Amino acid sequence: MTDKKMAEALIFSKPESLTAVPTHYCPGCSHGVAHRLIAETIDEMGMRENTVGVAPVGCSVFAYNYFNMDFAEAAHGRAPAMATGFKRVNPDMNVFTYQGDGDLASIGAAEILHAAGRGEKITVIFINNAIYGMTGGQMAPTTLPGQKTTSSPLGRDIEAHGFPLKMCEILSQLDGSAYIVRRSLHDAANIRKAKKAVRQAFEVQRQGLGFSMVELLSNCPTNWKISAQESLVWIEENMIPYFPLGDFKVHPAIVESKKG
Amino acid sequence: MAKELLKGNVAFAEAAIRAGCEAYYGYPITPQTEALEHMAKRMPELGRVFLQAESEVAAINMVYGAACAGVRVMSSSSSPGVSLMMEGLSYIAGSEVPVVLVDIMRGGPGLGNIAPSQGDYNQIVKGGGHGDYRLITLAPATIQEIIDLTYEAFDIAEKYRAIVVVLADGSIGQMMEPAELPPMQEVRKREDRPEWSLTGAKDRDPRVITSIYIDPAEEEVFNLQLVEKQKEIEANEVRFSSLLLEDAEIAVVAYGTAGRIAQSSVKQARDEGIKVGLLRPISLYPFPYDEIGKVVDQVKRILVVEMSGGQMLDDVRLAVNGKVPVDFYGRMGGMVPLPDEVFEQIQELNTKANA
Repeated sequence: MTDKKMAEALIFSKPESLTAVPTHYCPGCSHGVAHRLIAETIDEMGMRENTVGVAPVGCSVFAYNYFNMDFAEAAHGRAPAMATGFKRVNPDMNVFTYQGDGDLASIGAAEILHAAGRGEKITVIFINNAIYGMTGGQMAPTTLPGQKTTSSPLGRDIEAHGFPLKMCEILSQLDGSAYIVRRSLHDAANIRKAKKAVRQAFEVQRQGLGFSMVELLSNCPTNWKISAQESLVWIEENMIPYFPLGDFKVHPAIVESKKG
Repeated sequence: MAKELLKGNVAFAEAAIRAGCEAYYGYPITPQTEALEHMAKRMPELGRVFLQAESEVAAINMVYGAACAGVRVMSSSSSPGVSLMMEGLSYIAGSEVPVVLVDIMRGGPGLGNIAPSQGDYNQIVKGGGHGDYRLITLAPATIQEIIDLTYEAFDIAEKYRAIVVVLADGSIGQMMEPAELPPMQEVRKREDRPEWSLTGAKDRDPRVITSIYIDPAEEEVFNLQLVEKQKEIEANEVRFSSLLLEDAEIAVVAYGTAGRIAQSSVKQARDEGIKVGLLRPISLYPFPYDEIGKVVDQVKRILVVEMSGGQMLDDVRLAVNGKVPVDFYGRMGGMVPLPDEVFEQIQELNTKANA
C-alpha cells in the first residue's frame, strides 16, 4: 500500500530545476507555466548543474528566485549580450535568457538582433504578452493595433505608434539563427507543443548549431483587465491571428534528424 | 625583459593579455582602436576570447556576463563609447564583479574630436552611472605606466570585486615610447574560479549575481557595504608621484599627460630659480587628498593644470580647503598645453606668491 502511494506521488512533482519558493506572479499568469516547461526540460536533459540563466528586467526580474540553478540578472534588454559574454568563456555550458516583449523587442532590440546574427549558441525564451506588466500595463512593441494600454488609452494607433514587431519573423531571416519558433500557452495542447519546442531549442544549443529562440504567446490578465479565463481566449482570438504560431527557422540538421 | 618601442594602445592591450585577461569585448573608436585590433589578433592566437560587439552598450554587458563567470575580462574605449557603457558599469558596480576598463579620452562634449583630452574626469572619477558607487581610477602619464597600471588593475579589481578604470588620453594611446612588458600569466584555471562565480550549481546551492535589492532597507545595507569597501580602497590604494616638492613655494597639481607636461615646465622653472614642485595624482579615485593637504602647509600657491575646463580642480580645492589660493590653467577641445605655456603660468604665480 505504501509502495503504491509512493509510485503515485512520483507521477507529478516539482522539477528539481525549480525551487520551492512561491512566485510573485499574478493569479492566472502564464509565467509560472513557462518557468515549469524550462525547468522540466532542463531536468530531462540532465543539464541543471551545467546551466546558467540570465534574468531580464520586467515581471520575471526575480526569475532567479524560482529556478534552482546559477543565475545572473541583466540590465533591461541586455540579457543576450550578457549571455554572450558568459557563453564565450564557457562554451560547454547551457546558457539561456528569459525575456519579456519590452525587454527583448524594444530596449533590447539591438542586443537580440546581433546575438542571433552572430549565431550565438544561447537559448532565448521570449515571453510575448503584448504589454508591459511590471510597470503597470503600458504599450509594448508587441501591443496589437487598437489594443488599449495605459500609454495607449484610446487603443494603439498605428499612425502614431507604428506596428507591432514580429520578432520570430525578423530573427528567422538571419543566417545565425538555427531555431526560431512561436508557440502559445493558452491551452494544454499548445503548452505541450511549447514544451517540445523548448526542448528542441536547448537541443540546438547543445549541438552547437546556432542561436535558438522560442517565443511563447502569454497572457497578462491583470493588465489586460480581464479574467484569467478570458485572457486565454484573448490570446487565441487576438494574438494568434497577428502572431501566427509555427516554425520560422529550423536548422537543416534538426530537419534531417526528424526525418531519420 | 628588454625595452621595446611600443604604442600606448598596443602596450596596454598586451599588458592585459599578460595579466591573464581571458576575454576582451569592445567596439572600434578612435583614438583607442589599436587596442581592439591587437586583441583581435592576439587573443585567438592564445585560445582566449575576442569579440567585437555591436555597440559599447553590448560590449560592457558582455564584459559583465564574462565577469560573472569569474574570469579576467576587460574592455577599452574612448569618451563617447564610455558614455554608452555607463549603464553597464552601474550594474557591474551593483553586482560587485571585477572588471577592468581602459578609457582613452578624446575631445568633447558630444562627438567632439579624436584629439587628447581629460574631459572624462568627472564622469569616471565621480561615478557616471546611476546610484552610489565609485570606480577605482588610475591615470598613467607614460607608456610604461599604462602597462604597469593595466597589469596591476586586474589584481586590484579582484581584490575589491570592483571596477578599475585606467584613465588615459589620446596622446598616451597614440604615442610610442620604449617600455618593458611584464611576464606572461596564464589564464585562471577553471577550478580556481572564485567562490562567488557562476560555474553551474553542481554539488552546491545555486548562486545568483544581481544588483537588485527591492527592499530599501536591504539596499541600504548593501550601499553601506560599498561605502565600507570604499573606505578600504581609500586607505590602501592612493597613488601619486611627487617631484621637487621639498622646498617648494608653489605646487603644480596635474595628472596624466598634463602632469607629464607640467613636469617639464617645473624643471624649466627650477632652472630659473623658482621654487616649484609637482604633485601628480596617479590614483584619481581614491584621490590623494591628504598628500595634497600636506603640501598646502608649506606652499604659498597651487596651480592645477588639466586638459579640461577644470574638473580635478574641484578635488584639489577640497584638499586645499581654502588654505592657499588655487589657480587653474586648462586647455580644452583636444588642445594640449605646451610646456612653455605652463612655465609662463608658474612664472606668473611666482610673482603673485612673492608680491
